[in-house]
Amino acid sequence: MSEQTQDQNRRWLLRKENIRTLWVIFIAVLIVTVIAGLFVHQHVHFGIEDSFGFFAWYGFITCVGMVVFAKILGIFLKRPEDYYDTNSDKGSNKDAIS
Amino acid sequence: MSELLFPPGLLLIFGALLMPLGQHVRNGLIFGLPVLCLILIWSAPVGYVVTLPFLGFELEPIRITTMGRLFATVFSLMVLVGGIFAYKQASTLELSAAFAYAGSAIGVTLSGDLITLFIFWEIMAIGSTLVIWAARHEGAYRASVRYLMVHLLGGLLLMIGIAGHVVDTGSIRFEALSLESISQYLILAGFLINAGAPPLSAWIADAYPEASPSGSVFLSAFTTKTAVFTLLIAFPGTWLLIPIGIYMIFYGIIYALLENDMRRILAYSIVNQVGFMVTGIGLGTEMALNGAAAHAFAHIIYKALLLMSAGAVLYRTGKRRCTDLGGLFQTMPWTATLGIIGALAISSFPFTSGFVTKSMIAQSAADQHLIYVWFALAAASAGVFLHAGIKFPWFVFFQKDSGMRPPEAPRNMLLAMTVFAVFCIGLGVYPEPLYAILPFAVTYEPYTAAHLVAQFQLLLFAGLAFFVMLPMMKRTLTISLDFDWFYRKLLYATATTISNRTASISNVFSNSTQHAWKSFQTGFQRTRVSQYHLADNWPTGSMVLWIGVILGGYLLVDIYF
Repeated sequence: MSEQTQDQNRRWLLRKENIRTLWVIFIAVLIVTVIAGLFVHQHVHFGIEDSFGFFAWYGFITCVGMVVFAKILGIFLKRPEDYYDTNSDKGSNKDAIS
Repeated sequence: MSELLFPPGLLLIFGALLMPLGQHVRNGLIFGLPVLCLILIWSAPVGYVVTLPFLGFELEPIRITTMGRLFATVFSLMVLVGGIFAYKQASTLELSAAFAYAGSAIGVTLSGDLITLFIFWEIMAIGSTLVIWAARHEGAYRASVRYLMVHLLGGLLLMIGIAGHVVDTGSIRFEALSLESISQYLILAGFLINAGAPPLSAWIADAYPEASPSGSVFLSAFTTKTAVFTLLIAFPGTWLLIPIGIYMIFYGIIYALLENDMRRILAYSIVNQVGFMVTGIGLGTEMALNGAAAHAFAHIIYKALLLMSAGAVLYRTGKRRCTDLGGLFQTMPWTATLGIIGALAISSFPFTSGFVTKSMIAQSAADQHLIYVWFALAAASAGVFLHAGIKFPWFVFFQKDSGMRPPEAPRNMLLAMTVFAVFCIGLGVYPEPLYAILPFAVTYEPYTAAHLVAQFQLLLFAGLAFFVMLPMMKRTLTISLDFDWFYRKLLYATATTISNRTASISNVFSNSTQHAWKSFQTGFQRTRVSQYHLADNWPTGSMVLWIGVILGGYLLVDIYF
């Protein structure tokens, strides 16, 4: 079976061209929310909330920051799964007695 | 008005003890008890009190308050829908333990004094430990013992605190306490341990994911939210709770981002969500307290929904790691859809329950001009979408095709999930019934254009960050170190070393004493004194006999002379 027909047999969500469509829709929605922000007035408490697309860039930057911070912390905190207990049942509940 | 004399919590506890009587009795109790409990809770008006004299104190086993009734209501609802989710697959042990656990949690919310509260508090620890045991595998047993240790410690601190408080003030009333002496701090510490506050936050992610698929659903609801309830009553407006809450919020996000086990991701996000509530309690305004209480209500429902969808996946596939899962939306579309509704609700997506409750807390931070708190809460809202709202459904239901084609979840599980999904959306679209049962009058309007735009920007750009950073989020077969390292590794290693050392020291000691005793004996045998009868070895029995004779002699002397 060629790769193309294999791709055709997959679920709608798993096909490559559809993922591209989804990205386009997603970015369009993002732009709409930022533009919509120009027409509403945030109730200003601290001064910065009414700046252009504040919640958009703040949400994006803080999330990237958290992922990067978690990644760095992971260098120090991550351990193999059997670190505490070599017999522990981390993968599944196949040992369950019922 | 009917007379409510019997604590509704005890009803569930006693009912739980009858569950082993048979399948029909059990199923009848699962559906009957929570409904009866709800009726009882709402049969008495606010301010209704039942008193019971006990050891010179006036206990109040029932005191109906708006706050207590709110929590008791959602707990009853939780145990009803949890029962629907579990009754076909879970063991009787798990179900009775879960009902006793829920009953004791309800008991706490309706208790008017600290002694009643403490008794229910401890039953809760036992009930929840039994729920973990019901999973019946080695990992669950070990985790449950660690879990129990943490809760016994918390209970101990609470008991010392209560005893000290009663000595200081002479009052056992469960009401707002001021942090005046060490006693109140100990009570606060006891409550905070159950809330999952630092440093002992690890027990949630350690124990809950080891329970059975339905067990973790029950566990997620009661312990931490009962702690939130007690903090709401006893320590509203305690500023110390603000930094603690914010720490919990970010602890939950960061650890969930590092995690691979799907239910452990959700367990970390419990700490994160309780952090929002604790922050709200610290802020202490009427709106913040309303927000914390309403958020607890909404949280119990969507978190149970999320853990139900994870439980259904575990039940059907037997897998719990994100690295083993993926692509399940193809054969479990309903579980996926309902799980996504829960994920949207936890992220406070507009038109879900989280949106109308969590925003009250952030709004009160803004109203008090606490700029750092407000910025932290805004970042955290985006972070919730990142670690639970997208990460959980993405890695479990989409991601890659794992090749697994498990059948859809059993019908009773789907029904339970549907009920809670309806609540998630229903409360989001029409929050008035929830607002009406909050402790304070609600003046907050969640659906303004500015709020909607702000929330959509925040969440959708958090989503963008997730997919942009996806290569950095690749799951690894790891666990993350936490404070529990101190008691699972350091203390264990120290104890082993000490016991080895003391064993060798005591060996040396006992060898030398034995040697000395033997040489004394051989020396003694050589002397002439050893020839006499009194120097012989006597059997213990004869010694006892002679002591009896002597004591009897004393008695006779005492009676006759």
